[in-house]
Amino acid sequence: MKTNGGAALIKSLELEGVEVIFGLPGGAILPVYDPIIDSPIRHILVRHEQGAGHMAEGYAHATGRPGVAMVTSGPAATNIVTPLADAYMDSVPLVVITGQVGTAGIGTDAFQEVDTVGMTRSITKHNELVTRAEDIPRVIREAFHIATTGRPGPVLVDIPKDIVDPTHPNSAMEWYWPDSVDLAGYNPRMEGDPALIEAAARLILASERPVLYAGGGILKARAAEALTALAELLDIPVVTTLMGRGGIPDDHPLCLGMPGMHGNYTAVMSMQESDLLIALGSRFDDRVTGKLAEFAPHAKIIHVDIDPAELGKVRRPDVGITGDCRLVIEELINALNILGVDSQPDRTAWRSTLSGWQEKYPLTYEQSATGELLKPQFVLEQLRDNTPDDCIVASGVGQHQMWTAQYWKFNHPYTWINSGGLGTMGFSVPAAIGAKVGRPDRMVWAVDGDGCFQMTAQELVTAASERIPVKIAILNNAYLGMVRQWQEMFYEERYSEVYLSPDLPDYKMWAEAMGCVGMRVESPEDVLPAIQRANEIDDRPVVIDFRTDAREKVFPMVPAGKSNSDIVVGE
Amino acid sequence: MNTNPTEVRHHILSVLVENKPGVLARVSGLFARRAYNIYSLAVAPTNDPSVSRISIVVDVESAPLEQITKQLDKLINVLVIEEIAPADAVQRELLLATVVVTTSGHDAFRDTLGTFSAKLLDENEESFTVSLEDTPERLDVFAAFLGSHHLVALERTGRVALPRLH
Repeated sequence: MKTNGGAALIKSLELEGVEVIFGLPGGAILPVYDPIIDSPIRHILVRHEQGAGHMAEGYAHATGRPGVAMVTSGPAATNIVTPLADAYMDSVPLVVITGQVGTAGIGTDAFQEVDTVGMTRSITKHNELVTRAEDIPRVIREAFHIATTGRPGPVLVDIPKDIVDPTHPNSAMEWYWPDSVDLAGYNPRMEGDPALIEAAARLILASERPVLYAGGGILKARAAEALTALAELLDIPVVTTLMGRGGIPDDHPLCLGMPGMHGNYTAVMSMQESDLLIALGSRFDDRVTGKLAEFAPHAKIIHVDIDPAELGKVRRPDVGITGDCRLVIEELINALNILGVDSQPDRTAWRSTLSGWQEKYPLTYEQSATGELLKPQFVLEQLRDNTPDDCIVASGVGQHQMWTAQYWKFNHPYTWINSGGLGTMGFSVPAAIGAKVGRPDRMVWAVDGDGCFQMTAQELVTAASERIPVKIAILNNAYLGMVRQWQEMFYEERYSEVYLSPDLPDYKMWAEAMGCVGMRVESPEDVLPAIQRANEIDDRPVVIDFRTDAREKVFPMVPAGKSNSDIVVGE
Repeated sequence: MNTNPTEVRHHILSVLVENKPGVLARVSGLFARRAYNIYSLAVAPTNDPSVSRISIVVDVESAPLEQITKQLDKLINVLVIEEIAPADAVQRELLLATVVVTTSGHDAFRDTLGTFSAKLLDENEESFTVSLEDTPERLDVFAAFLGSHHLVALERTGRVALPRLH
């Protein structure tokens, strides 16, 4: 069948099962936008290309399916660089299609030309500049395969205009769809090495103070149930990292919550005092380890990761297993059962140490006095307790993100969406929109900061026009709060360029101008009614401007560069 | 940058890659992002024209090199990576140079070329273009000899290496 590159591109996306594209058209990608009119694929017109990328990420986080974004060349490609980097850091499966100037113009500094593949090489799992129309189906097939298998990640496909423009002879091609993907240099290992799995099982059975250190890889591997089964088999406590929250329900008695720079005392110290860390899809990030030389000094390490480059990158494992987390955990459970789980050391002392810490060092904050601004933690508790258990919550980056990670109860996997590795301010609004598109059956809240909100708020216009009813809680403390916290604690309260103002912009009016319902809440008794009113609105987005206390700091905190054992629990 | 050509910290990576545009940039980018210098580089298709071999000589500690090697292996277009210790490798490099030699020294110059087994490729009344294919260390010695004359230009190809047959 004769076709052209543009039609073949859209047909390829349909065959990959794509249900939605987040994008914004422009010169070089114009020919691809024409066949979209006749395609069953939904297209969501964003207001800024960064929004398209983060929406695709939110969609992928919430559904487990690859997010797809499509934008034009030049400034559109540069605008989507941040989401690509974000998705690369957090292993989010994305396929991003960028338009490119015609093949004859490449390298001539043509209008809206940038070297997109050169620019994104180090922040994509793979990228490809397609130069012939007949390569399009194969490259798209490969892009989805690479993005979704092994360690997931973003793949960018850069498509020059002439090969997709039906009026140009370079676009002519015979339609085909490859039966399979043939990539000689790409064979992710899924099953763990049986000998290493047995070695790991023996270490676990001999350990007195084991901790399961569960990261985002648990969720990427759809291994949440397997993780809980492993924990329950041997009664091993679990910490869930910022990217792994929800990997085991927070209500589960074995869940210790989040470790790291703003982790809770018990989670942090359980790792410090452990004699065996079982790292599952986690990568010993500097925000988790604190000062590396003093991290978990007595612990042996079992490290399971689908990406062999993670094993030994930061801390050398005693047993390093390359493989898919879910498969390896299941293999590990088999190995443990074969070896016999009855002959383990007595771990009563370890359990009582942990429960003693939990009792002594809970997360705490002081309620605000009458007439004072809201405590952000109070707002989060109210939101947590008055939304469905399976509510999806997205956040930006900063204090509000850490408080949400601390105070929310993630009792279901894939309900927590945030920017962990890259720390991208402005992530939450578009990510929440993408999540709601992928899971229209779920309630989706974004918890945002006032600084973050101002970076990507324009996407609420997208949400309003597309009738995507996300709800945004701005914890508005009028500051770049996390920077303010560091300046207070480490720069002698010299506040440099962190004040934003509580009412410039007026968030309620801004929300209304964007077609959302806007509310402002200043006193504790108004928090719950506002949340309840927001929960009932299902035909447009809602923004609540919660006026919060700027003096409030995120605790516990392990100061940067310090050992986790120097954790500061509060003022 | 290390200027000693025979520095002992040298590692040789022999990387088989798909013979496609952009692959060399992907490979070299992993060194560049860490501000490591690639000491020498040789790239050409193998007997299979769809596959090229990149021979990279780098001057890095072993630990970061292990990490770079693993990350190289993640590149979709990289097929096989082998690290070859210089002591376990047969290494060759080609040197091409043009030198001006005073007329009285022509005979001695030709004799010395003979002792190195270097080849005379081109000449006129005052200049010679010569080549030598040998180990990097021998090339260093030869380059020093040429440097004692008036060197017009000197080029080296970058090392190619294969494991020794034990």
